[in-house]
Amino acid sequence: MRRYLLLIAYEPGAWESATAEERQGYVDGHAAFDRFVDERGRKISGAPLAGADTATTVRHRDGARVLTDGPFAESVEMVGGYYDVELPDLDVAIEAASLLPPAYAVEIRSVVELDSSGRQVG
Amino acid sequence: MTPLERVVREEWGRLVALLLAQFRRIDLVEDALGEAVATAQATWTDAATPDNPAGWLVTAARRRILDRLRAEAMAARKEPLLTVEAERRPKEGVMVDDGSVVDDDLLRLVLMCAHPALPPEGASALSLRLVMGLSTADIARLFLVPETTMAARITRAKKKIVAAGIPFAIPGTDAIGERLDVVAHTAYLAFTAGYAPGSGPDLLRAELAGEAIRLADVAHRLRPNDTLAFLVVLMTLQHSRRDARVGPDGALVLLADQDRGRWHHDEIERALALLAETDSGPAPSSPLARSYRLQALVAAEHASAPTPGDTRWDRIASLYAVLEQVSPSPAVRVARAVAVAEADGARAGLALLDGVVMAGHRLPAVRGELLARAGDVVEARAALSESISLCDNDIERRHLEGRRDELGP
Repeated sequence: MRRYLLLIAYEPGAWESATAEERQGYVDGHAAFDRFVDERGRKISGAPLAGADTATTVRHRDGARVLTDGPFAESVEMVGGYYDVELPDLDVAIEAASLLPPAYAVEIRSVVELDSSGRQVG
Repeated sequence: MTPLERVVREEWGRLVALLLAQFRRIDLVEDALGEAVATAQATWTDAATPDNPAGWLVTAARRRILDRLRAEAMAARKEPLLTVEAERRPKEGVMVDDGSVVDDDLLRLVLMCAHPALPPEGASALSLRLVMGLSTADIARLFLVPETTMAARITRAKKKIVAAGIPFAIPGTDAIGERLDVVAHTAYLAFTAGYAPGSGPDLLRAELAGEAIRLADVAHRLRPNDTLAFLVVLMTLQHSRRDARVGPDGALVLLADQDRGRWHHDEIERALALLAETDSGPAPSSPLARSYRLQALVAAEHASAPTPGDTRWDRIASLYAVLEQVSPSPAVRVARAVAVAEADGARAGLALLDGVVMAGHRLPAVRGELLARAGDVVEARAALSESISLCDNDIERRHLEGRRDELGP
């Protein structure tokens, strides 16, 4: 089993402007995803995120902490949610991501597991 | 060819697949096999070549991999569980060509290298490296990039396979067709790279393009599929003209001017037989298969014409008209216009170019040629001049300049 983080991007306002029928489509997509992941692996967590316009980015510059309002990467698509899952391989992760609502762009990232001393495991 | 060259050329992909099936470590497998080949190069002589060269290489590579795994386990201060486990699953004495088990491993390797999550050019290069055993230098030459660029591209593709968890696996029947289409596309990308105009004629690049045919052929033998079959036909027919494409002075020779006696007619016959066999089967399974089929039929028309004058341009024009419906693009439209011009006259061809937009020198070159044939000398010269200014290939530019100068001042 490998651990993947699925970052979900969608255009802001897509949900707000969706019709009741379209919203049902979103709900069905997530339900199908959940069932598939349960069958082939397991879901560790997953959640929608508050808008990127409410994000705060923390950096250090010249030894001082600097806060900026907003996400660290500006783009049209914003990360609006995530799933943290365990699945056998990338093919299965792609299959799972394909079940999510088609309005999303889903970025699949392999999670690197580290031991207590910071060494990569496996 | 020495026994070592033969085994590298013909068995490389099987050896990689066999070791990958056991160790699942693409980084270690490739290095270890490379080192085993280097050792063989230094120690095998005519008198002392192993009875089973492939088996020798696998055994030598396996030992190196186990050494590396042990060293890694020591470095990580872990019990060498992984190593022990690998050692408990020995495949000693396995014949490299022992049938379906290894065939499945080879198919897994082919599908892994041509995975849709990899960038197409990376997948293409990786397939030539791992399945066909081509050197990075040769692959760089094929794709016309510096060797360091190609090495980085291959390394990046391998890194992604490991980091992203691209599986060494055969997908289910509902997904395999789509994946074989990617394999076909990957092979065709390598093939067309070999025929892309370079800085000068490079016969070796044409030979390297032949490796792409072998790649598609390997995949087709493992899992017969119409997309791959039509592609093998298409590439074989184009490749059969390689010796006639270059004149004695190194200049490019156009199809109509080629010495057809220098075409590889044995290859043409084999390709036409495969085309007939595949075409008698079910209708093409995918848009890609339809597209390769139509292009293969066009190539077959050219290959079957004893002289340029015998070419059935009417049939070729109809094939391009269908191809334009299957996969519309300006390039297909231009090819169709050329065929229509041959069949029905330059004016009919020119009419098809109205409103076509395509970057590069090819569109004004074709338009200039057709205008010249239609007798519009002034417009023809203007189009050819435009084409010359856009052409970055010496050989083609010289041809265009010659054509323009024939039209007078």
